[in-house]
Amino acid sequence: MLAYVIRRVFHSIVVLLAVGLVAFSMFRFVGDPIDNMLGQERTQADIDRLRTQLGLDQPFAIQYWKFLSGAAEGNFGVSYRQGRPVSDIISERAPATLELAAVSGLFAILLGIGLGVFTAIRRNGIASNLIMTLSLVGVSLPTFLIGILLIYVFSVELDMLPSFGRGETVMVGYWSTGFLTKSGLVALILPAITLGLYQMTLIMRLVRSEMLEVLRQDYIRFARARGLRERVVNFRHALKNTLVPVITVTGLQLGSIIAFAIITETVFQWPGVGLLFINAIHFVDIPVMAAYLMLISVMFVTINLVVDLLYFAIDPRLRVDGRST
Amino acid sequence: MTIPVLSVRGLVVEIPTRHGVMRPVDGMTFDIKAGEILGLVGESGAGKSMTGNAVIGLLDPPARIAEGEIYLNGDRIDRLRLADLRKRRGKDIGMVFQDPLTSLNPLLPIGDQLTETILEHLPVSMSEAKTRAVAALEEVGIPAAAERIGAYPHEFSGGMRQRVVIALALSAEPSLIIADEPTTALDVSVQAQITALLKRLCRERGAGVMLVTHDMGVIAETADRVAVMYAGQLVELGFVRQVLSEPCHPYTDGLMGSTPQASKGQTRLRQIPGSMPRLGNLPPGCAFSPRCSYVQDKCRQKPELRLNSCDSRTACWFPIGAPA
Amino acid sequence: MTDSARQTQVTAPSSEPSRLKTVWESDFGYAFRRSPVALVSCLVVLFLVLSAVMAPWIAPHDPFNPVTLNLMNGFTPPSTPNAFTGDSFWLGTDDQGRDVFSTILFGMRISLFVGFSAVLFAMILGVTLGLIAGYAGGWIETLIMRVADVQLTFPAILVAMLIFGIAKGFTPVEYRDQMAIWVLILAIGLSDWVQFARVVRGATLVEKNKEYVQAARLIGRSGGAIMLRHILPNVLSPVLVIATISLALAIIAEATLSFLGVGAPPTQPSLGTLIRIGQGFLFSGEWWILLFPSVTLLSLALSVNLLGDWLRDALNPRLR
Repeated sequence: MLAYVIRRVFHSIVVLLAVGLVAFSMFRFVGDPIDNMLGQERTQADIDRLRTQLGLDQPFAIQYWKFLSGAAEGNFGVSYRQGRPVSDIISERAPATLELAAVSGLFAILLGIGLGVFTAIRRNGIASNLIMTLSLVGVSLPTFLIGILLIYVFSVELDMLPSFGRGETVMVGYWSTGFLTKSGLVALILPAITLGLYQMTLIMRLVRSEMLEVLRQDYIRFARARGLRERVVNFRHALKNTLVPVITVTGLQLGSIIAFAIITETVFQWPGVGLLFINAIHFVDIPVMAAYLMLISVMFVTINLVVDLLYFAIDPRLRVDGRST
Repeated sequence: MTIPVLSVRGLVVEIPTRHGVMRPVDGMTFDIKAGEILGLVGESGAGKSMTGNAVIGLLDPPARIAEGEIYLNGDRIDRLRLADLRKRRGKDIGMVFQDPLTSLNPLLPIGDQLTETILEHLPVSMSEAKTRAVAALEEVGIPAAAERIGAYPHEFSGGMRQRVVIALALSAEPSLIIADEPTTALDVSVQAQITALLKRLCRERGAGVMLVTHDMGVIAETADRVAVMYAGQLVELGFVRQVLSEPCHPYTDGLMGSTPQASKGQTRLRQIPGSMPRLGNLPPGCAFSPRCSYVQDKCRQKPELRLNSCDSRTACWFPIGAPA
Repeated sequence: MTDSARQTQVTAPSSEPSRLKTVWESDFGYAFRRSPVALVSCLVVLFLVLSAVMAPWIAPHDPFNPVTLNLMNGFTPPSTPNAFTGDSFWLGTDDQGRDVFSTILFGMRISLFVGFSAVLFAMILGVTLGLIAGYAGGWIETLIMRVADVQLTFPAILVAMLIFGIAKGFTPVEYRDQMAIWVLILAIGLSDWVQFARVVRGATLVEKNKEYVQAARLIGRSGGAIMLRHILPNVLSPVLVIATISLALAIIAEATLSFLGVGAPPTQPSLGTLIRIGQGFLFSGEWWILLFPSVTLLSLALSVNLLGDWLRDALNPRLR
């Protein structure tokens, strides 16, 4: 078990180093950082000074190392476009994205598992078939179209919910939250549904197929033969076994939610990190792009690691296998 | 006369398919008395397990009971609503499945699976249920039961797991136990232990047992009476000693001939020519007639189960050993 | 009946129609005829692809020729004569007086071009790398598959955005709009090769040890020839399935990037760009500028997706 954890952590570090190399190469080779930072009126002295200041005259490996240690401390340099430290810009905007992702993730997991179980238990019901057909359409729909559709129905036609922004926010320490005001909560609804819908559909379809598989197992028959209530059979026996494989995919989906937030944030003009990233691509603001890449990698790698370790908590068989290997 | 634990009358199970309606069980009639072990034998596909599943109401749709009656301790149970039938499962009817590796939920400790069953059926407290769970494990011969109550199924060997399964099936003290090939998936060395255990527990509790198996050896060892099935139909029913030593139906005779018997010192096993017909195209009349070496014209008509001279019931026009 | 069958065989032993007929009458063809979903989605895809290809001939207007544009025609509702000019357009016009129907036809052309090219690129890259990884083994395989693993950790759309951003950084500012389409193809293609490589590598590992490949090696065939002549034909069927599913994903990816403003430029609008433009008129009431491109994209994505799903089930149930 310990050996396994160490191997997984090592693997994660390798992935991060690889991504770091990509991010650093972007810095170093895409465009000329000197060009990007100095205006038209510059002297050779300015250029030389900046070159030394940025360490561009040093060997590649040392520059890479400096970049990594800088990144580890949260120092990603200065945005070409805004002229402010990237870390400041990102920490300003992170709460918006994280709150949106958290609400969407919760929505996707709860509804996905709920509907998945429902459609598996009532396999041949009318409601189940309807949900399954709709989910097929849901998987094929591009996220931004869902967002536009929701805006059209709930903002334009019904005029019930706001179509952009995050409403009023309150500062709690360094964290600007939309959870504490009514307008903040209302503003969350449409973006959260848009962002969570695709992941919800995936989780639902997965839960359904896994659950149908589990319901065919002998121990479910045996549980029925022992006269246990359907509720106990479905939720205590079947659901727990269903969740083991579901956890991996769900974990990875949570990572995707943060990445897909880029699209939702654009549709709803949500002032988060995703919108920042899209604008960075637009204006080729390399430091912001690199920082976003590093942050999201750390997030993905951490989620992957946690998902792997969660297996041990849920499946007792693995604990034994881990011990024996 | 006392009421039998289980009484099955003219049971027919049907499966509608694209090629017409199949009848994997066709007109089964038998009784099981308290404390009695009835062996149900036949080749795979003969409808043995299907009969067991029909009794406990666990037929997989689209299979369904089409005709017949099932009585448990005198109460008719084949027409019960699912919720009422469920209350009887586990409490009145216990079931042991073939493969102990897959019968237990891998993610729940065995103690939890025991207590949930006990709490479902008996009016006892949680701590009382735990005591009973330990007792049930001790009874089936699990060493150090009190310490192993929190263990997961994968921490037990195959034979031990089947003991756990039996403990689970018996935990609410049912009066009827359906054991569906309980030893088939086990090592030969463990098989005898499990059969002996099953036999002892039923004798002690006076429960009736329906022992489904294809193994004549297990029947000879364990059962009191035996019912032989062929293509969904009951072909012979009688006391084990009687049927095994003097089989009346040609199929039973063939089945005995193809089973190795160390004591008789046979040199070569006999085979029954051909194979069991598919359910879709049963021959008219006696289903065994195409493979029977005693077949005559009359076998085109369907034989009824009748008492014959050799003191068992046989569905055959020309039972072996009967005066011609 | 048998006579006529023999006749067609005699008259046209290997010509195209008879080969089509064999496919049509095979199990595959039977499954196709029996599935209404496959039939309908195939028809929709064919219809859309055909209209996109024919766009320059069937489009009533040339929306990108400033000479034919009349700003006075701006915001004409569908099938209603314009208040000033009296011109009527089937699906209306956008803010600059461009015919929506024509822009959709040309937009679809770009969407499909990018989609097909990106998948083709991903396929060639993925199949090549997968063959090499599976056949060569050793550190080459480790390197290729590790890169694939790392890339697979991230959603394809994110990878595509990043590649788009980097490639844009390398392109001189004055060429950025011109190059955007090619950069898009590169970005989407690079984000999608992993699936191909994994499947091909897996199949190659299996095929590599079969007798016929061993035999080919024994008679002195080179590694490249063995891969092309012997292994490649055996992995084509799963590759075809992945390609169809990838096409749906690529079309959606292109639309998404263009919608986000990091894809096809307004001078060469794809369906995604048109939707981006149309979203601006969501609140002002010119619904047709947004609705029609959206519906087109939706039918395109949905039908390709359904076709891919069906193809996967029909060709290889194990991939499910």
